[in-house]
Amino acid sequence: MSRNRFYIIIGALLVLSYLATRFVDNQFYFFAGFAILQLMVMALAWNILGGYVGYVNFGSAAFFGLGAYSAIVALNLFDASLFAQIITGGCFAALIGFGTGYLTLRLRGVYFAIATLALLVVSETLIVNWEFVGGAAGTYVLPKKNPTVLGVLVVGKENALFDNYKELLFFLMCLIALATIIICSLVENSKLGRGLAALRDSEEAAESMGVPTLRLKLFATTLSASIMGVTGGIFPYYMTFIDPISAFNLDISVNALAMPLIGGTATWLGPVLGAVVLGTLQQIATVTISSEVNLLIVGLFLVAFVVFAPGGFLGLIEKYWKRGD
Amino acid sequence: MNSRLLPRFFFGIFILFSAELLSNAIVTGILLGGFYAALSIGLSISFGLLDIVNIAHPAFIILGAFVCFIFNSHYGLDPILIGIIFAPAFYVLGTLIYRIYYESFEKTGAEALRGLAFFFGVMFIIEVILIMSFGVDFQMVQADYIDFKATFGVVDLPFRMFVPFVIAMIMTFGLQYFSSRTFFGRAMQAVAQDSLALRLMAIDPARIKRIAFGLSLATCSIAGALLVIVIPIEPSVGRLYIGQVFAIVVLGGLGSQSGTLIAAMLLGLVESMITTFFGPSWSPAVAFGALILVLAFKPTGILGRVGDTRG
Repeated sequence: MSRNRFYIIIGALLVLSYLATRFVDNQFYFFAGFAILQLMVMALAWNILGGYVGYVNFGSAAFFGLGAYSAIVALNLFDASLFAQIITGGCFAALIGFGTGYLTLRLRGVYFAIATLALLVVSETLIVNWEFVGGAAGTYVLPKKNPTVLGVLVVGKENALFDNYKELLFFLMCLIALATIIICSLVENSKLGRGLAALRDSEEAAESMGVPTLRLKLFATTLSASIMGVTGGIFPYYMTFIDPISAFNLDISVNALAMPLIGGTATWLGPVLGAVVLGTLQQIATVTISSEVNLLIVGLFLVAFVVFAPGGFLGLIEKYWKRGD
Repeated sequence: MNSRLLPRFFFGIFILFSAELLSNAIVTGILLGGFYAALSIGLSISFGLLDIVNIAHPAFIILGAFVCFIFNSHYGLDPILIGIIFAPAFYVLGTLIYRIYYESFEKTGAEALRGLAFFFGVMFIIEVILIMSFGVDFQMVQADYIDFKATFGVVDLPFRMFVPFVIAMIMTFGLQYFSSRTFFGRAMQAVAQDSLALRLMAIDPARIKRIAFGLSLATCSIAGALLVIVIPIEPSVGRLYIGQVFAIVVLGGLGSQSGTLIAAMLLGLVESMITTFFGPSWSPAVAFGALILVLAFKPTGILGRVGDTRG
């Protein structure tokens, strides 16, 4: 796929998602779509470190939750706009990602994995005990009435870009997802991406060939964390309510990790594929059976794929492609 | 009583009061530490010696606790007895899981990424199946000694903590004896140190690891029984113990059973102090906070093995 065609498709998808908010009336599609897109962005972000570098992050929910809560802090302190909240979430999560990486990435990968899990519980405990952001009871986020950007009414009944907040947030999530796909493809096709791949295959060999391994790992961790933080930053607005249990849920972590491993970790297409297929399946299961089945599906798929199909969906497709020749 | 005596009087009351609190906190801490040792001793074998990052270890403990709950509530059997009876079943389960793990990940060198994800997936499968069969209500077991409490002066000794403590000590010291004195125990240590050398001695490292991993899961059966005696459980409480067990094993120095015991005691004491003087809502951060600090500053733990290059 040539670069130009790639960008044209991305642009077309963005336009399409805006048109969808104009012409689709059933709000359930935006609700489900948002959930799937959120999975997709988290999966793509996880894959920057997990897939490209080979370091397992169990604490995706920590970066997500810290993004969400730093957005709340920005709102409580400065009455920040939605945009500012999202940026705050991204920046704060990036900072924490950098710190965690700096402390643990020199050790074996396993320690990084456990440290991220530890980070999840420590940050949840801190938030539970911090009354300013609502403590264990959580806090409400009321959407602003008639917000405008550069004099244009963004959300309103008439003459506005969007009819309601759910549609605006859906569109923003599409924007974030497409931007993340572009970032991932840029990373893959750059010198940086090749450095990361070398590091994944053999850290010692890469190091001895002059690849600045620690710096690359830190960069990947920070980038991955900041994207998770951005996803978290938009979350309180979407739910209009947030509490530590939903923001720092281990379910977020397992989804972020499972989607790439099920879809395939080599390129950005894997997490996207995994998130779309499994996310849709989850939405169907939630509506028809129960929300517990969600996790069972993810768990079973995850175990089945890592044991029987290490390449994920992409690996399977490639295998059958080759057999056809 | 004149005006100068009054503050002293209150100060005296305060000292007495906090001394009582402190001594109770210490006793609880030691009992809690012993209990934590039982939870983490299996992981000190699988993670510490065999290098298998079994993140599902607490989930298996919860599984053991639910087995205990079923047989206790239906047949009225003693929880600890159930834990011991089911230990062989957990051992077999462990050998089966290790076989899958070995064939799929260790053989191809994929344990770092997919092996970790495998256990993470297993953890969720166990948890969801338990939720679907028992719901998210808290379950507990019945036994005569659970409600019994001995009092020595100002110090309380609740038997729901003391009995698990005793069993935990027997288990920990038993395993330590096993791994330092018996052929198999030494073979286990050898796998950790140099599995190639073991292979040259015509011993199959995969077989030793399979048995050792089975053993580590067998401890989950007993630890689960202790857990359900100490507190009521629901399927997802296992998540909370991931931090404790990994913190203890890393803090104790990978694969060192005595280190694990010391670390467990330390963590139990600190946690009990924090709970007594700052409130229980802070206690989850203790284990994980300790873990982050240990990883950041002393990844070889208190009693790290000499020549451990994994740090």
